[in-house]
Amino acid sequence: MELARLPLTHRIGRRLAEGIDSTLLVLMLSLSMLGLLALFSASYDVPSRVGAQVVNLAVALVAMWLVAQVHPQTMMRFAIPSYVIGVALLVAVALFGDVVNGARRWLHVGVTRFQPSEMMKLALPLMLAWYFHKHETTLKLRNFFIAAILLVVPLALIAKQPDLGTAALVGAAGFYVIFFAGLSWRVLGTLFALGLAALPVVWGFLHGYQRRRVLTLLDPSTDPLGAGYHIIQSTIAVGSGGVWGKGWLNGTQAHLEFIPERHTDFIFAVFSEEFGLIGNIVLIVLYSLLVARGLVIAANAATVFARLLAGAISLMFFTYAFVNMGMVSGILPVVGVPLPFLSYGGTALLTLFIGAGILMSVHRYRKLVQT
Amino acid sequence: MRGLSELRNSEQELYQFQARVAIAGIAVLVAFALLAARFLYLQVLQHDVYRAKAEDNRISVVPVTPNRGLITDRNGVVVARNYLGYTLEIFPKRVRNIERTIDEVSEFVDISNRDRVRFRKLLQETRNAESLPIKNRLSDEEVAKFAANRFRFEGVEIKGRLFRQYPFGDVGSHVLGYLGRINTQDQQKLEDDGVGANYRGTDYIGKAGIEAQYEPELHGTTGFEQVEIDAAGRGIRTLSATPSQPGNNITLTLDMRLQQVAEVAFGDRRGALVAIDPANGGVLALVSKPGFDPNLFVDGIDPQYWAELNGSIDKPLNNRAISGLYPPGSTIKPYLALAALETGKRKPSSTIFDPGYYDFGGRRFRDDKKGGHGTVDLYKSITESCDTYYYILSNDLGIEAIAKFLAPFGFGSRSGIDLAGEFTGVLPSPEWKVKRFKDPRQQKWFPGETISIGIGQGYHSYTPLQLAQAMAMLADVGHMYRPRLVEHIDNPRTGDSRDFPAEVIHTVNLKRENVDFIKRSMAGVTKEGTAARAFSKAEYTVGGKTGTAQVIAMKQGEKYEEAKVAERHRDHSLFIAFAPVESPRIALAVIVENGGFGARAAAPLARTVLDYFMLGKVPPGMETPTPEDDSASDEEVESGE
Repeated sequence: MELARLPLTHRIGRRLAEGIDSTLLVLMLSLSMLGLLALFSASYDVPSRVGAQVVNLAVALVAMWLVAQVHPQTMMRFAIPSYVIGVALLVAVALFGDVVNGARRWLHVGVTRFQPSEMMKLALPLMLAWYFHKHETTLKLRNFFIAAILLVVPLALIAKQPDLGTAALVGAAGFYVIFFAGLSWRVLGTLFALGLAALPVVWGFLHGYQRRRVLTLLDPSTDPLGAGYHIIQSTIAVGSGGVWGKGWLNGTQAHLEFIPERHTDFIFAVFSEEFGLIGNIVLIVLYSLLVARGLVIAANAATVFARLLAGAISLMFFTYAFVNMGMVSGILPVVGVPLPFLSYGGTALLTLFIGAGILMSVHRYRKLVQT
Repeated sequence: MRGLSELRNSEQELYQFQARVAIAGIAVLVAFALLAARFLYLQVLQHDVYRAKAEDNRISVVPVTPNRGLITDRNGVVVARNYLGYTLEIFPKRVRNIERTIDEVSEFVDISNRDRVRFRKLLQETRNAESLPIKNRLSDEEVAKFAANRFRFEGVEIKGRLFRQYPFGDVGSHVLGYLGRINTQDQQKLEDDGVGANYRGTDYIGKAGIEAQYEPELHGTTGFEQVEIDAAGRGIRTLSATPSQPGNNITLTLDMRLQQVAEVAFGDRRGALVAIDPANGGVLALVSKPGFDPNLFVDGIDPQYWAELNGSIDKPLNNRAISGLYPPGSTIKPYLALAALETGKRKPSSTIFDPGYYDFGGRRFRDDKKGGHGTVDLYKSITESCDTYYYILSNDLGIEAIAKFLAPFGFGSRSGIDLAGEFTGVLPSPEWKVKRFKDPRQQKWFPGETISIGIGQGYHSYTPLQLAQAMAMLADVGHMYRPRLVEHIDNPRTGDSRDFPAEVIHTVNLKRENVDFIKRSMAGVTKEGTAARAFSKAEYTVGGKTGTAQVIAMKQGEKYEEAKVAERHRDHSLFIAFAPVESPRIALAVIVENGGFGARAAAPLARTVLDYFMLGKVPPGMETPTPEDDSASDEEVESGE
């Protein structure tokens, strides 16, 4: 009754705000604004990119809003279909995908191409969360084993493309679900030990260029014309930024074209050069708050499905940020991982905002009674 | 009761979950703290170091392209080399209006319409290229003129670069191949192979022939210089340099002069010739006519010439020697004769009577000679090339035995030569027919088909290389070597030399006396047989066999009249030979397309080639075979300087 008396615009505003977590939204928008600043500086040669990224952001926001309206109970119904379709598309990629830069990652859909591995970033945690939810009361080691298989199948397909970066990210997302589902520490410890022992075997399966990237990390000067060049130059960019940075639009590394892929994977180098240590700390704090908010939402989630999914998505945000910044500052190998909310590109933004939408939905339908 | 325990269970689970969330939270903080520490290290502790580096950055890494390896023939004659030339280059990113800039530049440098078309094509094909040549090989005058007016042109510069040059022009073009600009596909392949970085600064790559096959050997290792640049990106001084390492030099088994003699002998005729050293499989000459001038590809071929080459009915870009398929005609007969001896189906002394035809299954198979050859033994069947003899013989042997005997000679299988694009050909057999045809009615082998197999017609189709390889194997009494073009590869810096030794694919046990009989018969061909006129007064011994291959199928009973058949429907002329008979040093196969009888076109051509090879006799009209003179050759740059 009272609602009906409010002006129309106000009512629309309320409807729009429904189910939207303002804390998450503010954090994400702050990060995105910083991203647009860095992007503007990085795309002095192609200014239209900033406009395009604004459009990407708008689209991603709409997607987030839509997802936030969906009840987690309803999301569970999408688990199996999205996983099965995702794996089927990955198989299709392996069979008739397009090869770009030597990796078979893309699938033609009508006029455009798309990367099924991107979809797996959300579809896999969704599937695993659903699986553990279903077996909630009778969870045994066997269930973890099946979960591991669900994890390994898409992982192997992505790793084979080869796209080790995305494979690692998808694998991490799946692992987080399994971790939160309560896999015992003893098994975790054993797996970790086995993983270490298997490293030499993995090394044998790596492609030449992948090996070179790892070796390059250890000594960038061995490959000054290839991947080592990226690391050398991005490290110089970060280091020369100093405490206060060189100031917006004043980064010499970026503007003299020393930074490769400066608007996508290496945008952090541009940001770091111009905004310095202070800017980096602000960025880290924003990411930490974002992850913390996500974990709080997970801790208060109503169902096993909701909390596992929310927990995994929160840690995914962390992983992307950490891997990208680690790569640019020269402590992790160069893999194609964009910096969340800052890197140019619509697909990555869409995934992130949909993930946030899920968090918001989980928060909206949280446990109402505190135990 | 049960409900309660479930509740407690899930509560416990929730507690466990929240504990793990807390652990995850701590892990996140630790990881971010690690990153922060890294930033602290880079941006505070090491800041001065990196600031200095960024200031000098000012330091740009510039690739130094290596000199491409040289290619020489077996006698050390250079057949592919590099020379220094000047090009006028446009930097598309730095030029606002490319067309207008070209117009302005043309005041000082002569720029033809072809140059413009080629430049536009390059602009479309190459992505991310820093600069593209608008004009190659500037004259000294042009260089001086442009240099004086350089200030007027932002984004247009003169560059010195090495050009590939093939001193023999179109001679051996199918063996050497050519270089072309690296296009998007090539770039992709280089990235796939993980050598993208080594090709920074390199614009050209081997596209065909030896240049493509041995690209990794020829290219060398790109060096790099650290160059200080100013804010506009121009180099000021070199700070440090890691020199490039030149590509390896390749020495071919080919004898370029022999190759030239053969190509000149072909004249304007189409066809192919392959000559092999029977003792090791080294290819002495590999001709495919018509050829093309690889020099024209080097600067980025202009579309008009490309269209000419591609559209020509003569297909000059096809390497007929390895991808042209021809019926062997009567050149198959010595092998069938050998099969007859080895299987015991015939003795040298056994004879048949040839009335001029052979009736089989209600059809009449005619001999080439009207009225027939009369009484024919095995020797005469080869020297006179008696068809009737082989109609009967192949019927006696049967198609399975024929296919089984011919297969080890390499008929219908790839030889494995170090050139791309080799064709397989067809060795006919009932199994092949089942594989080839889908319709069960077509899959059946008819006994009548075996008859024409005996004279090298029917489904037979082989590359000239296969014919030469089989000849070499017969000459070397059963040893089959993989044919190869490279003798050794040398590193010009270290002087290391890698030999490519002869590689025996397999050995077939043949009875010496049988092989000797066939060789004697083939020697008879050039003394008293079908090629006697072509080899009259030869000062060396040579074994050979003529062959004529039908281009269009004749109806049985129809007589072929050359004059009535259009030139391109005329028979192909074939000849296989080896010399000297006692200890062969060369085995060859020649095909002259639409040349008519084997004795008329192919055999005299083989004579010219063998005269040069055995006696060093240079044919008239080519007194001193030397490379085409080129004004640029005095600026030749040897690899490994």
